[in-house]
Amino acid sequence: MNYHKYSSKSGFSFSYVMLALVIVFLFIPLFVVVFFSFNSARGMQWDHASLIWYKRLIFESPSLWSAFRNSLIIALTSSVTATVLGSLAAIGIKWYRFHGRSYITTVSYLPMVLPEVIIGISMLIFFSAVKVRLGMFTIFAAHTTFNLPFVFMMVSARLDEFDYSTVEAARDLGANERQTLTKVIIPTIIPAVLSGFLMCITMSLEDFVITFFVSGPGSGTLPLYVYSMIRYGVSPVINALSFVMILGTMVIAFIFRKFLKTVAASS
Amino acid sequence: MKKTLKPREREQLLGTMYGGPMGLWFTLFFTVPLGIIILYSFMKRGLYGGVEWEFTLDAYRQMFNPSFAMVVVRTLWISVLSTFLCILIAIPCGYAMAKSKHQTFLLFLIIIPFWTNSLIRIYAWISILSTEGFINSLLMRIGLIDSGLKLIYNNGAVVLVLIYMYLPFAILPLFTTIDKFDFSLLDAARDLGATKLGAIVKVMFPNIRSGLSTAFIFTFIPIFGAYTVPLLVGGKDSTMIGNIIVDQVSKTRNWPLASAFSMILTLISLVGVFWMLYNGKREQMQKGSKKTTQQALEHNIKAHHSLRGTK
Repeated sequence: MNYHKYSSKSGFSFSYVMLALVIVFLFIPLFVVVFFSFNSARGMQWDHASLIWYKRLIFESPSLWSAFRNSLIIALTSSVTATVLGSLAAIGIKWYRFHGRSYITTVSYLPMVLPEVIIGISMLIFFSAVKVRLGMFTIFAAHTTFNLPFVFMMVSARLDEFDYSTVEAARDLGANERQTLTKVIIPTIIPAVLSGFLMCITMSLEDFVITFFVSGPGSGTLPLYVYSMIRYGVSPVINALSFVMILGTMVIAFIFRKFLKTVAASS
Repeated sequence: MKKTLKPREREQLLGTMYGGPMGLWFTLFFTVPLGIIILYSFMKRGLYGGVEWEFTLDAYRQMFNPSFAMVVVRTLWISVLSTFLCILIAIPCGYAMAKSKHQTFLLFLIIIPFWTNSLIRIYAWISILSTEGFINSLLMRIGLIDSGLKLIYNNGAVVLVLIYMYLPFAILPLFTTIDKFDFSLLDAARDLGATKLGAIVKVMFPNIRSGLSTAFIFTFIPIFGAYTVPLLVGGKDSTMIGNIIVDQVSKTRNWPLASAFSMILTLISLVGVFWMLYNGKREQMQKGSKKTTQQALEHNIKAHHSLRGTK
């Protein structure tokens, strides 16, 4: 690490000031929301500290909790599906040449680069063209679709470091395909599979735009509930909910901390 | 596996077994829906939503209707301006992060607001900017103003919140490329008489081109397709293409027009992605390593997405 030399002349340079300002800019809105979640009054005039909005959030918001339940069900099911399909595909594409291989690789990156509105609209039009009723299933399908590329990408990255001769060795020693998969391949890629799974859960819980298009009556997720709160009657309960969700984000970022370091170092 | 299979057949079979399910999934839920959009954009609109099976270019013609054309122009200038400002702010940030000894901690600080639910972040801005919001209450309390300033529901608010939402998309790829940059080159340039800024612009920028184009694309594309931000903090004159698409589907029920606008978004996104690939490839060629388009795409997307949990 010899490159720290360059800035040694001025420890307090323009770029550091800029970074500090940006971090303040990124956190101010979060602090404002959290601060006012402890306000007893409704508006942005501080009255006195109170936990009333937390009480409302926990005990008097049944529809919020059912939205949260929907979110959890969809996050779990779509993440499991995406993790299984995406990991298997990563293995197949890494090691075998077969018809449709390049089609699958190309198509697996596109959902990540297209705007969310496009994914949402195309699925909405598709589901109504084939006359599938919008609801939990359609949300599940949409979430699995936008989650798949991430698992595929993360597991592929892990497989790049994997020595194929290990698989050949297992086969030479008489392991069949299933044994090779469960005893050799999966133990090696499991960290990437788990990070992919966690990433899916995070993205599924957070998605609003795509869910907005493919949800039907009664299948609203937590972000949709937040949306209706913002759109039709803001109650300070949303401040309390925000704090809970920010805490959740911090926990997830904390779980990811090892992963962040490796990515920052390797990419 | 039966022993009788030839190696080539065996490979085909195993590959299909592993990759097939995901391939089928994407075909059903991505390729076919996108195909339907392309098809619908060339059809006549149905009376109550849907389409009539008759080829026409009506949808594309309607896009030149002045009110729609204005939205396209607005979407363009808002996206270009916000993207440009994002990158301008992100370059020094990426630079400072790359030089810092506390990279993981700084990454944390950038990522926590970034991973927080996007609606919560938009809501936070609404509560700061609105007429009875944080800024106005504060200014009124200290007696600087008598009545609330109009800070929200205009294009300025849209640009501000878009920058807030997508700044990390620009910072993260710039950080990863600047981090790999050999800073001794800057010392060399300065020894040869370049100014500090001159050295950065002439020596560092060409070397981080792939980071710049990745940052540009991953900021520009989502901003160009923005829907929630203009809807929630924009005014009557802040409609963007994303909002038209949704309105055409849910309110006006003109599916061909919605599809045609979606085609525009898709095409512009794809052009951007290929431009990004081209830049990445050129940089790799200069560095002497050969990479296929696929690998370049993987690399660029990885550098960007591995750090993000949200879209």
